[in-house]
Amino acid sequence: MEIPKSFLGYKRENGRAGTRNHVIILPVDDISNACAEAVANNIKGTIALPHSYGRLQFGADLDLHFRTMIGTGSNPNVAAVIVIGIEPKWTKKIVDGIAKTGKPVEGFHIERTGDIGTVMKASKKAQEFSQWASEKQREECPMSDLWISVKCGESDTTSGLASNPTVGNLMEKLEPLGVHLCFGETSELTGAENVCAARGATKEASKKFMKTWNDYNDFILKEATNDLSESQPTAGNIAGGLTTIEEKAFGNFQKIGNLKFIDVLEPAEEPAKGPGLYFMDTSSAAAECITLQAAGGFNIHLFPTGQGNIVGNPIEPVVKLTANPLTAKSMSEHVDCDVSKILSREMNLSEAGDKLIETTLRVANGRLTCAEALGHKEFVMTKLYRSA
Amino acid sequence: MATDIIIHDKKDNVGVVVIEKITPKQDCKCWIMENDSSASIQSIDEIPLGHKIAMVDLKEGDTILKYGHDIGKVVKAIKKGEHVHVHNVKTKKW
Repeated sequence: MEIPKSFLGYKRENGRAGTRNHVIILPVDDISNACAEAVANNIKGTIALPHSYGRLQFGADLDLHFRTMIGTGSNPNVAAVIVIGIEPKWTKKIVDGIAKTGKPVEGFHIERTGDIGTVMKASKKAQEFSQWASEKQREECPMSDLWISVKCGESDTTSGLASNPTVGNLMEKLEPLGVHLCFGETSELTGAENVCAARGATKEASKKFMKTWNDYNDFILKEATNDLSESQPTAGNIAGGLTTIEEKAFGNFQKIGNLKFIDVLEPAEEPAKGPGLYFMDTSSAAAECITLQAAGGFNIHLFPTGQGNIVGNPIEPVVKLTANPLTAKSMSEHVDCDVSKILSREMNLSEAGDKLIETTLRVANGRLTCAEALGHKEFVMTKLYRSA
Repeated sequence: MATDIIIHDKKDNVGVVVIEKITPKQDCKCWIMENDSSASIQSIDEIPLGHKIAMVDLKEGDTILKYGHDIGKVVKAIKKGEHVHVHNVKTKKW
């Protein structure tokens, strides 16, 4: 298959391009959710991103909170942002961070005004943003404007056999076109950590990966009350035939094909070393991982599943593929790309990779994913430790 | 060409069932992906889609190889053709 050279995206002020054109209402903290949701309810064409945190956090955990908030607002799939927080200072910090992209952003704080007054003021601005964004048109963008993140979930042995290698095949074909790529899931590389570290493009990248994995493993050893066999692999993984974390890890690792990663990113960190593959330190819980990758600037997500994970994200479209014929049949409304014919050898890996590229481009051009059509918008902040 | 079992790497001592299930004493066709070769095995247990079958006899303490890599240790002896899963294999981590 000849790979297309362009897709239709929304060009943004900072030179990036989006596959979506959202106007988001972003609460700074948990207690501002109600206000943000009221604004999104008032003004059509906007979505609120409620979440559970943002109060009394400190240190690295607070840094991650700001990075996730600012990164989410800065994502090129977002046209404009209303930020609503209880206090002015943190609200302004997030507004200022997003404003660096040049996109329209305005902040409102609730103290001394109350919910009702804030909803009124923020709704007026949100209406302006929504109508402004509605006039944006899709334009031809080079493939290098695609920033693709990947994460697998409810994996089974068909993931390692076929759907993850299909993603790997896509990566091998798209990397030469200057696409940014990102994989994560620190915990689910356990057992394959040395093999993964060896895929660092430089010694520095390999070392950084091993440090990240060791820090994670030390944390597990400190906090674990048993051998983790209740959590990793999950009950769904085990039902699908996965026996150990090592088996899951080697299956997971198939997603990067034969590529090498050029750098290791902090959670929600934006890549800064140009096109290519990055590893991001993330949890392996689907919604947390995708939320962090979207905050890192990735504008389309590929999600191979075995037993049938159903996750979505409010700003980054999540394309699901499966090679499990039972899942493809029984959960078809969640499957964007069915590659189960690999198992019956009616389709080879390269054909599956082409099919996934085709699906990815249709979604990049505007086709709603299954998760979008079904209303999945899981926005889940990662929290590193308890608040002060 | 259809297959009942797929084996990732020629070094692997387990294969993955890729049809809805295999039944006891079924003569199964195996495909080794790495070198595109074929093999065959007779099953002992019923094994569902996605689950593993032992390609050789394995004794307690042996290492399970899949993708050509170590994915855990045998904790209860397994005969060639038997179901390999959490009842007879455990992680070496944690």
